[in-house]
Amino acid sequence: MNNNRNILIIGGGPAGLEAAIQLQKLDYNVIVVEKSDHLGGHLAEWDRLFPDGIEAKEVLDKLLNNLVGVKYFLNTDINSINLLDNCYNAILSNGITILAKAVLIASGFELFKAERKQEFGYGVYNHVISNADLEAYFKNGKDSRVVESPSRIGFVHCVGSRDEKIGNIHCSKVCCVTAVKQACEIKEKFPNAEVFCFYIDLRMFGRGYEDLYLKAQQEYGIRFIRGRVSEVAENIKNELIIKAEDTLSGKPIQVTLDLLVLMSGIACSTGSEKLGEMLSLSKKEDGFFECKDSIYSQQLSNKKGIYYAGTCTGPKTLPDTFHEARSAAMAINMYMNKE
Amino acid sequence: MIYEGKKKIWSDYQKDIPDDHFFYVRSCIRQSFFPASEQKFLEICNQRLDKDFFETEKHTSCGGIAFHSDAIPIETSLVIYARQFSLMNEFGYKNFVCSCITSFGLYCEALEMWREHPDLEAKTREILWDTCKREFTKPEYLVHTSDMIYKYRKQIAALAKYKLINNKTGKALKVVEHIGCHYNKIFPSKSVGGAEYPYVLAGMIESWGGEIIDYPERRHCCGFGFRQYLVKADRGYSLSNTHKKFESMEPYHPDFIIANCPGCTYFMDRWQYVISEMEHKAYGEYGYGIPVLTYEEVAGLVMGYNPWDLGLQMHQVNCEPLLDKMGIEYKAKDKYKGLNNKNIGKPALTPYLK
Repeated sequence: MNNNRNILIIGGGPAGLEAAIQLQKLDYNVIVVEKSDHLGGHLAEWDRLFPDGIEAKEVLDKLLNNLVGVKYFLNTDINSINLLDNCYNAILSNGITILAKAVLIASGFELFKAERKQEFGYGVYNHVISNADLEAYFKNGKDSRVVESPSRIGFVHCVGSRDEKIGNIHCSKVCCVTAVKQACEIKEKFPNAEVFCFYIDLRMFGRGYEDLYLKAQQEYGIRFIRGRVSEVAENIKNELIIKAEDTLSGKPIQVTLDLLVLMSGIACSTGSEKLGEMLSLSKKEDGFFECKDSIYSQQLSNKKGIYYAGTCTGPKTLPDTFHEARSAAMAINMYMNKE
Repeated sequence: MIYEGKKKIWSDYQKDIPDDHFFYVRSCIRQSFFPASEQKFLEICNQRLDKDFFETEKHTSCGGIAFHSDAIPIETSLVIYARQFSLMNEFGYKNFVCSCITSFGLYCEALEMWREHPDLEAKTREILWDTCKREFTKPEYLVHTSDMIYKYRKQIAALAKYKLINNKTGKALKVVEHIGCHYNKIFPSKSVGGAEYPYVLAGMIESWGGEIIDYPERRHCCGFGFRQYLVKADRGYSLSNTHKKFESMEPYHPDFIIANCPGCTYFMDRWQYVISEMEHKAYGEYGYGIPVLTYEEVAGLVMGYNPWDLGLQMHQVNCEPLLDKMGIEYKAKDKYKGLNNKNIGKPALTPYLK
């Protein structure tokens, strides 16, 4: 193997895979290291994607089908990584050492652990689930926490994001539209159920998002309540009692639900934290990596030969992630040729 | 309810509580509301468990009610706390235990304020010296008395004469636990169990054989909350809060309520009288109310103390149904006998509350 053409990609999610595909096409030796047991990251665990309801599997299959010739290691961590002469020397947890001229960090995100917002009762009350749990339910059709025919279902937006108390003040960006998408989907599954969304404000910034939001109200009858949920409890019938504030009417409200879905936000991954320490990469207050230039070149780090793609630099949609992966691949190509 | 989920949260909020040697400060209002509780706390700890809890008549109230009603400025409050700590130093103690939840919240706040604002600490030290010629060092450990009973719960269980089990049915007694807001909602990390699913009282009940009820308004204010009762015209708010809690717990048929705050215990006990008068309603079985006890009183009952020595006759709600369920022997005729058999008087009851 010609070490001069080695590129190490850390993270086998959408950003890492798309960058790997592009760099492989340019004849580099691409090695993807993924800590979990599968490629695709969160995409592999999701059912459908906003705003059009495209199957996540369809997108993942496209990525995997194009991943020809790319070497990858699953269930593998980076034990250490440091700069040796002009190359990065990475020792993997499987004992393999890689000497790569460029490293692309695509370490992604972790969903905020909903149990940390203890007042919402995730893991304590039987019928409280997360957005990821709901996607798994849509995919597999099984979750004992979802009752057979729920009559009232609620969604709490911004769980672990825009929340100073929990230490995450950043907006998670994709949860609003995900909640609207999931609310419509659950209404399709349980047409007789009343569905409530408790939101701070709805950030429908992307193409087609606002249309989905209007559709949710007009066609699906989803009720959007502007206000935070303060606490969740369970009554003697095992139903959930939700206390919230309706800031538009200026009144506290209480709703009884059969299912509550917590929209866990995008949080910095523990893998990124570890990498940041090993490579002394600078981070912003929100914990995500700091780009060299946040307007003009988000894919550049403050270290020579280290590049970023995807949500390791903050919450992003999938289209944005793919664009950034391609842009990072191009930047790496230029760097490899220049050196 | 997923019990394992609660246990996971409890494991994140385990407080470091020393086993022995404490400087003890009393509560101003507990002295009059539940006069035996503090005395029994000292008796249980010092005599039955052979611990060292020291108190001195030199200590004062924490001034919490004056502080919360804006009658005194923060600087005055801080000097009061500093003086208490100075007394603790004088008598050679490093661990500080207080009997009142309001005080506990304030002592915690004082330590935090001094940490965040060293200038305020310097000012406190200056005023303490000017006014009392005293200096102080902060306690190594600051705990509430309910933390201590929690700490000793298994030792108390080992000494138990009675269990929190219905003598007739053999089933665990159903218990509502109510935590004073200033125990865990200001600084969850200073509590046992955290703010949302506190364990300090639940742990005692579990150790003594009872079963905790998780009802929808478990976290709701008891009705004490200074703003709701300090001004008489506002007391409707206080009453409506208590009413809300009782309506919420009623379907679970609790056998009694345990609380760790003097205000909570008092208001949930006394407002049952008012609710019965207003709504002709009692929340307990057979026209009785639901007894509301302090944790020392519950510990005392479990250990076999005479209920009248524990001061249960000072409660508005009669506790006899609970004593009967636990199989505790008591002399009904002695209930209102004070020192030297002096009649201490019987509280009035509405026709709707036995």
